[in-house]
Amino acid sequence: MDVRALLKDAGLAAFVTFMLALPMIGFQTVDVSGGVGITVVTRFGDVAISVVLVFFGRLALSLLQQSNWRLPLLALSAGIALGLPLLKTQAHYPVITWLTVIASAVIAIRAAWLTFDVSGVVGRDESNRMGDAAAFVGRWFGPVFVVFALIFPFLPTTSRYVLDLGILVLTYVMLGWGLNVVVGLAGLLDLGYVAFYAVGAYSYAIIARDFGLTFWACLPLAGLFAAFFGVILGFPVLRLRGDYLAIVTLGFGEIIRIVLLNWTSFSGGPNGISGVPRPSFLGMPFHPNPPEGTTSFHQFFNIDFSAEHRIVFLYYLILVLALVTNFFTLRIRRLPIGRAWEALREDEIACRALGINPTNTKLTAFAIGAMFAGFAGAFFATRQGFISPESFSFIESAVILAIVVLGGMGSQIGVVLAAILLIGIPEFFRELAQFRMLAFGAAMVGIMIWRPRGLLAHRDPSIRLADSAGAGR
Amino acid sequence: MLTIRGVSTSYGHIQALHGVDIEVRKGEIVTLIGANGAGKTTLLMTICGNPRATGGRILFEDRDISQAPTFEIVRMGIAQAPEGRRIFPRMTVLENLQMGATVADPAHFDEDCTRVFKLFPILDERKAQRAGTLSGGEQQMLSIGRALMSRPRLLLLDEPSLGLAPMIVKQIFSVIRDINEREGMTVFLVEQNAFHALKLAHRGYVLANGRVVLQGTGAELLANREVRAAYLEGGH
Repeated sequence: MDVRALLKDAGLAAFVTFMLALPMIGFQTVDVSGGVGITVVTRFGDVAISVVLVFFGRLALSLLQQSNWRLPLLALSAGIALGLPLLKTQAHYPVITWLTVIASAVIAIRAAWLTFDVSGVVGRDESNRMGDAAAFVGRWFGPVFVVFALIFPFLPTTSRYVLDLGILVLTYVMLGWGLNVVVGLAGLLDLGYVAFYAVGAYSYAIIARDFGLTFWACLPLAGLFAAFFGVILGFPVLRLRGDYLAIVTLGFGEIIRIVLLNWTSFSGGPNGISGVPRPSFLGMPFHPNPPEGTTSFHQFFNIDFSAEHRIVFLYYLILVLALVTNFFTLRIRRLPIGRAWEALREDEIACRALGINPTNTKLTAFAIGAMFAGFAGAFFATRQGFISPESFSFIESAVILAIVVLGGMGSQIGVVLAAILLIGIPEFFRELAQFRMLAFGAAMVGIMIWRPRGLLAHRDPSIRLADSAGAGR
Repeated sequence: MLTIRGVSTSYGHIQALHGVDIEVRKGEIVTLIGANGAGKTTLLMTICGNPRATGGRILFEDRDISQAPTFEIVRMGIAQAPEGRRIFPRMTVLENLQMGATVADPAHFDEDCTRVFKLFPILDERKAQRAGTLSGGEQQMLSIGRALMSRPRLLLLDEPSLGLAPMIVKQIFSVIRDINEREGMTVFLVEQNAFHALKLAHRGYVLANGRVVLQGTGAELLANREVRAAYLEGGH
């Protein structure tokens, strides 16, 4: 073991930390009381702590390569990760404490990995190991997720805030699954997916406002309109691939948003549309005093009115919509059209040589992906009660695409994990205040380093060996 | 069965084929040999309608297919194992075969699979494996097997020997002879490996600079001094 090299390496890491921490952590601007200006507060103590922490963390990571150091390091880091939250340091140094805990936990996991899983590392290639893990996650966690999602609203820890967050995450899960059809399966990079979300939302809002149709009547219409727009977008981009396709879809997304922003008589322009009708449960509204001639939900079931009924109903609504999307995608992958999408992603020329019509194949992918965005859009409108073009900016498309890519293109469970990570984690990091986005960014960088092909970059064959004993299907 | 009459093809301003005439009769193996850039692959792609012929006519079973889109041509009974194999690397061997059966009746699938596995037993062993992990020779076998899945009446092969070890080339060529002799499959074979191709083929054409310069039976061409000098010199 080369002690000098180890110290040099750790020292270098500590130096980099110092250079970064000095301006970012060392100085803080604070409002002077009375609002007359700001003053600078120095926090050199925190800088020193960071530098020391990074030094020892780096040293620990390097020492992990030596097998006889693994167990003591595992014990030490696990001890710090578990013990530190019990100490009173939290109150004084919340950020530093939590960073130490997270870093120790990472080192502990790494040490445990190396200690107990050496056989897995030797002799099997990375993609295979990831594939096994992903297949395992898919088989066991899928049903567990569904069951958890079903009982989620009734868990004692679920507050209204958490339930709202659950609805938000599920909305993005559904959008991710919808975009997965276009990007993950058919391999068409779509940067303007939010346009179809907008079409669905505005379709519902306008049809419900002007024609008085209920949510359930509007839902298929919203999907239909969105699918129609999917085909409209599909035609001009049929011949494009890769970067060029991405640019045109990006433009399409912006066109929809800008039209909505400027066509005031139709969409209300920047003011949006307010008073979008709320959904009802089999025609029964969620309202303390329902209008004449209707029975409210709480009256029918003879329970006290609670505003939470509607939230729980919305939660189950989006859960069902998302699961339908998932089920549909899983089924269609095994049908000729789904297989054709995947083949098209792999090699368009080969597809043509096998008698696949690429035009129809691409258009159906766009249409079906858009349809699910349309459903999600209608849900969004009824949940918010108010929509405006601001909700459909490019950043939404980027987030949805990030969910698909981060999850591992084409992986259904991966989308769920990525949506929880991308939508849920920033909420959980709120306690970190201004460091929230920093932690979020660090998480993203970490994932891209350890999982460069996405969280679960695994493709399940659409026909399995067991099904095909004797070369059948 | 396949009649190519005066076909010309261009890429933009560059004309790749200048009035090519080729005839493939039912039950034959016909080979097209030529140097790099002679236009062999272009001719094969033109038969499949990508790129379209700018002049001349291509008749398949007496129907003009020169204006039909590629996927329609495949449905008429022409299958192609394209240059560079072009298998679907992330899909399994079995899924690749399934894609080959896109235009075939699903009822035949099991039977056709068995037939392909009989021709290439290695594919049977590898059927659950991702196609991208196969060796070059296995990928070529998969490419040919995939083309056979559509039950074509005419099989187009583009350089099946490209980049393969001599042993594998021999094996693949013997399978081509097999499907021709036992099943009466008509084969149009484009090759650089002139020696093997001419030995296998009933008739052959030599293409140079987008024109057919020589034609005859395989044996005739093998004995031809020009062919020997240009394509067979220095072994095979």
